Amino acid sequence: MEVKEAGLVGEIYRISGPLVVAEGLKARMYDLCKVGEEGLMGEVVGLVGEKVLIQVYEDTSGVKPGDRVENTGMPLSVELGPGLIRNIYDGVQRPLPVLKDVSGDFIGRGIEAPGLDRKAKWEFKPIVKKGDKITPGEIIGTVQETEVVEQKILAPPNIKESTVAEVYEGSFTVEDTVVVLEDGTELKLYHKWPVRIPRPYVEKLPPVVPLITGQRILDTFFPVAKGGTAAIPGPFGSGKTVTQHQLAKWSDAQIIVYIGCGERGNEMTEVLEEFPELEDPRTGKPLMERTVLVANTSNMPVAAREASVYTGITIAEYFRDMGYDVAIQADSTSRWAEAMREISGRLEEMPGEEGYPAYLASRLAEFYERAGRVKTLAGNVGSVTVVGAVSPPGGDFSEPVTQNTLRIVKVFWALDAKLAARRHFPAINWLQSYSLYIDTLRDWFTENVSEEWDELRKWAMEVLQEEANLQEIVQLVGSDALPESQRLLLEVARIIREVYLVQYAYHPVDTYCSVEKQYDMLKAIKQINDWFFKALEAGKTIDEITGVEGMEEFARSKLEEDYKTAMNAALEKIRKNLLGE
Amino acid sequence: MKEYKTITQVAGPLVFVEKTEPVAYGELVTLTLPDGSTRRGQVLDTSKDIVIVQVFEGTRGVDTTSTVRFTGDIVKLNCSKDMLGRILSGSGDPIDGGPKIVPEERRPIVGAAINPYARQYPREFIQTGISAIDGMNTLVRGQKLPIFSGSGLPHNDIALQVARQAKVLGEAEEFAVIFAAMGITYEEAYQFMKEFERTGALERAVVFLNLANDPAIERLLTPRMALTAAEFLAYEYDLHILVILTDMTNYCEALREISAAREEVPGRRGYPGYMYTDLATIYERAGRIRGRKGTITQMPILTMPGDDITHPIPDLTGYITEGQIVLSRELHAKGIYPPINVLPSLSRLMKEGIGEGFTRDDHPQWNDQMYAAYAEGVDLRGLVAIVGEEALSERDRLFLKFADEFERRFVQQGRYEDRDIEQTLDLGWELLAMLPERELTKVERKFIEKYHPKYRKGQAKAEEAAEEAS
Repeated sequence: MEVKEAGLVGEIYRISGPLVVAEGLKARMYDLCKVGEEGLMGEVVGLVGEKVLIQVYEDTSGVKPGDRVENTGMPLSVELGPGLIRNIYDGVQRPLPVLKDVSGDFIGRGIEAPGLDRKAKWEFKPIVKKGDKITPGEIIGTVQETEVVEQKILAPPNIKESTVAEVYEGSFTVEDTVVVLEDGTELKLYHKWPVRIPRPYVEKLPPVVPLITGQRILDTFFPVAKGGTAAIPGPFGSGKTVTQHQLAKWSDAQIIVYIGCGERGNEMTEVLEEFPELEDPRTGKPLMERTVLVANTSNMPVAAREASVYTGITIAEYFRDMGYDVAIQADSTSRWAEAMREISGRLEEMPGEEGYPAYLASRLAEFYERAGRVKTLAGNVGSVTVVGAVSPPGGDFSEPVTQNTLRIVKVFWALDAKLAARRHFPAINWLQSYSLYIDTLRDWFTENVSEEWDELRKWAMEVLQEEANLQEIVQLVGSDALPESQRLLLEVARIIREVYLVQYAYHPVDTYCSVEKQYDMLKAIKQINDWFFKALEAGKTIDEITGVEGMEEFARSKLEEDYKTAMNAALEKIRKNLLGE
Repeated sequence: MKEYKTITQVAGPLVFVEKTEPVAYGELVTLTLPDGSTRRGQVLDTSKDIVIVQVFEGTRGVDTTSTVRFTGDIVKLNCSKDMLGRILSGSGDPIDGGPKIVPEERRPIVGAAINPYARQYPREFIQTGISAIDGMNTLVRGQKLPIFSGSGLPHNDIALQVARQAKVLGEAEEFAVIFAAMGITYEEAYQFMKEFERTGALERAVVFLNLANDPAIERLLTPRMALTAAEFLAYEYDLHILVILTDMTNYCEALREISAAREEVPGRRGYPGYMYTDLATIYERAGRIRGRKGTITQMPILTMPGDDITHPIPDLTGYITEGQIVLSRELHAKGIYPPINVLPSLSRLMKEGIGEGFTRDDHPQWNDQMYAAYAEGVDLRGLVAIVGEEALSERDRLFLKFADEFERRFVQQGRYEDRDIEQTLDLGWELLAMLPERELTKVERKFIEKYHPKYRKGQAKAEEAAEEAS
């Protein structure tokens, strides 16, 4: 064993679940420690007099008072470099495939596994040359990591400005030096970054470009901007995870970081089995080629769950700094908050609302604030979009995690158990949800989709609102009591709901809907609406209008590969049957 | 061996011991009472000054002169293939009068987490013979699907029926059942035992019994014992295991008791803040592993206090398990067995386990259509209560009738009625045929033409005609 600085080794005083108290140890907050004879990973979370409180990322069964504790003197950090993409990590960036090689199908303890493969070689193409000035965070070269992702090798943001003395080109492992600076600093293909410290950037930019998700209700009615924040709260079974998976699959981000935080093991398996098979509609390559997974499932140690969201967002920021648009899915932030609560309880801190620590709100805010569209140190523009799932107990949105999240995020996608029960998916309630990006994104949609876009979406939303009002009356007196024009409006609202809002995540065509197709569909529904009312004026009865032939074909046309032809044929049929030649 | 007589405090199920040598967290403890009887416990909190032990068999009779022995070991289960056919106590000792179990292996009951990378996604359809499950909320092998019940509802009958009838199509091998009872009454346990014996299923079952009058804290061990046995049999002997855990509500009560005794900061309704994590370490032990033949399917049963699905126990369970089967008191009152309310029920894994090659090609769309139609019918009942049935349109009346028939003919079935998936799907089509064809918007034309009774009759007639002609 190498000689350690005095005071960096202490001994255990007490063990209570994931919380270990050490004494005789010199430590700063958030130093990484190795606990017990097995060297379990832990992090300093409190200092009380001579005692050091450590949250341990692994199961502590069998650890005894008196066992040794060693402080590494480093904060919990992740390794950033080639080899991140396609990988699946636990909450503290240990690759799960490596853990499987070491300890088999079940996760063992005390295993050290570096985040990046030490043996893999990468073809490094330098951009800088001898004599060039190097500033912190600058791009020094590139590595083609997967077919889709070209990883830009960054000078660590914490170096001093200097001049290039040597540059090497060729095939290297992550630990090989590729650039030497005049001040003697050696730059490698990777660098480490502490997870709890946001990576620096030059300035934040306004969010004016939407993150296109291919989901009609999201893109049309409640869009999120690149660099924005969104929350999906909903009771169990309402489709949080399916929505998160859909976003991970179809968002037009270049990099996806998916954090499975305290959720089901099989959900991560699903991603692992499915993503290599699915094709990215924009690149034609498997979706796995742009994805990094962080999986700390519900039965894995709770302290590592607390760390997993930081691990994930730091990786996301690293790709942002290369100038990429990154989308991060955190499923679920409630489990993260519960991990905080559990640790806080063990620390015997004074609890806030529902036992959550008083710093819950500030931690949530800090996390979401790491989202943003920024000008990077390298001079590019990159973004991190954060979408957090929230699992409110009993589906009650008034609980602390939902409420504190909603105070921060700009987009709220409210999942609704009632819609889910009738298999209306995505079960996003269109009356409760909102997006505060509508105004900033309007110009983008007008320029890139159509000038009518905003009008159409407003019209559709008004119809849905009006339907909700009318439904209250219908509940009391039945629909026959309504005037004909209102009954017709109800029918139009039904079409919007069942044809436009319902989107089949598991249908090969309907799972992704381009913005162009969204526009075409919405326009067609408006057209049908206009014909309906024209026919009503011309004296047709409600039943004749709503039962018009062609509607069934129209409803199905969205499922066709060539939806335009099918849709136009259906429209023509409807027009003929309603209004004659 | 480290023995101490330094108990300083006894609080509920907890014993505080002072001035010990270093004791490991999670260590197994034996207490010897003055009368010579012994109790077992586990270290919950350990420090240089004081060790807190939770006693599984309760602290009645424990005094400060009792001897505490720290075994240096953690809680383990004696595992052997000979467990099959045996009845064990809630902490794993035989109580059927048979011989001791000679262990092939002693396994720690706190199982390690399955590496998500090693898992295989569950896809194999399990036919339970119950239409409301097979058709509407399909179970697959390796899934964890709880039954959310209420007191007085026939959840035990349903669990037994599933245990009796469950099979994977095309495979002769039956499930081995591991049955863990936590705090249920003798009568309930007797019902299970009698049924197991009657059908001969006991030979392929391991039973862990912690009855209502057994110590509450022992319940914290029972499900872990059962799952350790399940893992041993599934992964060492390649068996397909169905684990029935009943009643998880009693387990959670025991958890709350320990937490209260430790004076922990309570979460919702007094349950500890770590209940989610604790339940996850039980439920997540279901699944399939790549390259291994055996599987573990879990069917936990819990009774919702006050039939409230938002109560922390069903709520946290629902967030971990892959769906839920919800029983309804209203259906039960109507005399419908099994009283499964399909609307709040869900099987998250069914989409991968149904359809062509698994059940039948029409199943996914059929499922959507059945749900939509039933939901609409149920909604209309609310309207009828206000405006009367006369005010409804012809179309609405058909949906109303559909909902009634759905409950009476589709959901309702006998306790020993084993419907295969074809029967279930065809029965659904019979009901859908009550509705106008143009209302069947969720199914593609080709399925209507293939399975709708109207066209099938036509087919049959055409075939008849062809036969006659020949």
